[in-house]
Amino acid sequence: MAGNRMDPWIDSYAQRAQGLTASAIRALFAVASRPEVVSLAGGMPFVSALDSDRFAEIAARVVREQGAVALQYGSGQGDQTLREQILEISGLVGVRSHPDDVVVTAGSQMGLDLVTKIFCDPGDTVLVESPSYVGALGVFRSYQCNVVHVAMDSEGLDPQALREALVTARASDSPVKLIYTIPSFHNPAGLTQSFQRRQEILAIAQEFNVPILEDDPYGLLGFEGEPPQAIRSLDDQGVIYLGSFSKIIASGLRVGWVIAPHGVREKLVLAAEAATLCPSNFSQLTVSRYLAEQPWQQQIKVFQELYRERRDSLLQSMQALMPAGTTWTVPKGGFYSWVTLPHQLNATTMLPRAISSLVAYVPGTGFYADGQGAHNLRLSYCYPEPSRIEEGVRRLAGVIEAELDLVNTFGVTSSDETNGNSRPQLNPNSDLF
Amino acid sequence: MKRMGIPDRNLTLILIYFKEHMRIAILSGGLNAERDVSLRSGRRVAEALRDTMTDAEIVEVDLNGEFLDSLGSASGVHSFDVVVPLIHGAIGEDATLRSMLELKGIPFVGSSAASAARSFDKGVASGLVPNASAPKFVAFPQSFFREMGAPRILETVIEGIGLPLVVKPISGGSALGVRLCTEAEQVAPALVDAFGYGDRVMLQSAVSGTELAVTVIDIGEEATALPPVEIVPMSGVYDFDARYTAGATEFFVPCRLNADVVQRVSEYAVTVHKSLGLRDISRTDLIVDSYGTIWFLEVNIAPGMTETSLVPQAIEAAGLSVGGVFADLVAQAVTRSN
Repeated sequence: MAGNRMDPWIDSYAQRAQGLTASAIRALFAVASRPEVVSLAGGMPFVSALDSDRFAEIAARVVREQGAVALQYGSGQGDQTLREQILEISGLVGVRSHPDDVVVTAGSQMGLDLVTKIFCDPGDTVLVESPSYVGALGVFRSYQCNVVHVAMDSEGLDPQALREALVTARASDSPVKLIYTIPSFHNPAGLTQSFQRRQEILAIAQEFNVPILEDDPYGLLGFEGEPPQAIRSLDDQGVIYLGSFSKIIASGLRVGWVIAPHGVREKLVLAAEAATLCPSNFSQLTVSRYLAEQPWQQQIKVFQELYRERRDSLLQSMQALMPAGTTWTVPKGGFYSWVTLPHQLNATTMLPRAISSLVAYVPGTGFYADGQGAHNLRLSYCYPEPSRIEEGVRRLAGVIEAELDLVNTFGVTSSDETNGNSRPQLNPNSDLF
Repeated sequence: MKRMGIPDRNLTLILIYFKEHMRIAILSGGLNAERDVSLRSGRRVAEALRDTMTDAEIVEVDLNGEFLDSLGSASGVHSFDVVVPLIHGAIGEDATLRSMLELKGIPFVGSSAASAARSFDKGVASGLVPNASAPKFVAFPQSFFREMGAPRILETVIEGIGLPLVVKPISGGSALGVRLCTEAEQVAPALVDAFGYGDRVMLQSAVSGTELAVTVIDIGEEATALPPVEIVPMSGVYDFDARYTAGATEFFVPCRLNADVVQRVSEYAVTVHKSLGLRDISRTDLIVDSYGTIWFLEVNIAPGMTETSLVPQAIEAAGLSVGGVFADLVAQAVTRSN
């Protein structure tokens, strides 16, 4: 007698859907949305810093004056004017290109998906930093890629480790299709590659003839000096560049872009049309008007200052409150600091206690495809006010102290490793970006 | 619509009286790790009640200070006629929330605060179930391990209870923090996990056999067991993923046990319900081993009502509907308060 598995299609799903399961970690994040909880988990831009009345007025005029276009299907490649404006923005990180080489996407996440779709067959290797962006890992997993993490040092992706990974992969039967990197204000590591480091990485990629997929959502959100120049500024044939309005305007607009060499762009447009027909005309025209009419560079400065203040609050609070042995990276821009727990504490095991103590973070294992990161966690400072950040760090420090007491009591380090349990995986979730 | 045993006359009177006025709060969410599950339970019950009680106003609410204020005072006017608490785990299934509702004097579906206190603590409940049918267990706070020295306690516990054993938080559900230990060295890490969900942890002899969930609906004169649901997780362990991923567990309703065993487990679940002084609805989780012995695991007084949950399956197997059962429970709660 067959039982009921509550899903009549359970035996019909593709292999790539097998990892899409419920998880206790995701369930815990449901609590993080409550106002009592200080969430240092989600990388949500502080959109309240925008002038919402002004935005409403722009959106209204888009519908009123351009409704026939805004409410209609559009070009699969994206609005021509917006593509020209995107190049103005990308120029700030040294990217020079032609509007024809820009593809507008529903957030850079879609760009990431499309690039992976056109490059990677199941089993192909993608090299990523160690750790890497959880949303990218989800995309690579969904295309059944072989994800290989490459070590980072204080300047980001380690060239020597990259070379070794490429040599190893060359000897295998799994070709390396992409080198995925977030060179500026890395998510989750908070690190930034120096210009020299970018040159070294590019030279290695060129030597091995592997394209770089450069993800740069935070490049304009540095706290000191000029924005770091993109790797794409050094090579317009070997680098595919992903950009986004999510952090410099608003994530709810869902507008991002890919700048790619001609051949790649041709395939991206066709793949984009197959996926969504076209990006939202309404969102594109709203962004385009905003860029044309509003002091957007000034708004970016507002964001920079706001996030710098919150970064400072996080770092000062951690310095004052964290138990001895806890270490963290010092971001010079972006949203994140990467924390290493003392005495091999397990950040995943600790999460329920943190949620009970009304503070949330993202456990480090979410940023690895291979189970590493158990002793790390990502803290995001972009959304809470500085005083809430301090309170969140105070709570987290208490949680770490309690967890230290617990592992000292039982004389164990990492329960997941000791117990041989399956590795927790995080599927992409807007709470985590 | 098929209904349980509430006297027709009372039900009719109540439904007529409240036809245009009934405001029902479906309370879900909360602040513990089962929040997401609870929200899904709340949505499902709310939808079912909207289909059944078409003239009532069904409002889904989260538990917060504003909600408690909205209930008014015991002597004042309530903004809701009845509350359906579907917050799982701490606050919702222990005495906390129910004490508040009792102090506010508002009718609510489900067990009283006093009986919730008994059922929520797995150690207390295990001591109250009939015929010492709970597997051998101990329950200790973290401080006891710290102050007495964990190694000597663990040595005694493992020797006394034997392996395999299950480590689980003394309270809470959805299998969060629950681990099966087949070797001694797995026990300490499992305790570190479990203490993340609460200050007291149970170490219990693991029993193998057929895992069943038996729902008891207690409307009118007699508590009645619905058809037991047999649980067969594909991974072998009915953990969080197996509970909430469609397809990860195979359910058999009716279960594949013989009629005599079904009769015994049904009676057993009703006895547990009564022994703990529960009312309205409960779900007893148990195992029947190869000798036919019934082993008590736990009892839930705000059981999950999600798409993959056990109680909705039992309700359906009994020829009832979620909306019909909860409409009757709502009516009974109002009757009780009157």
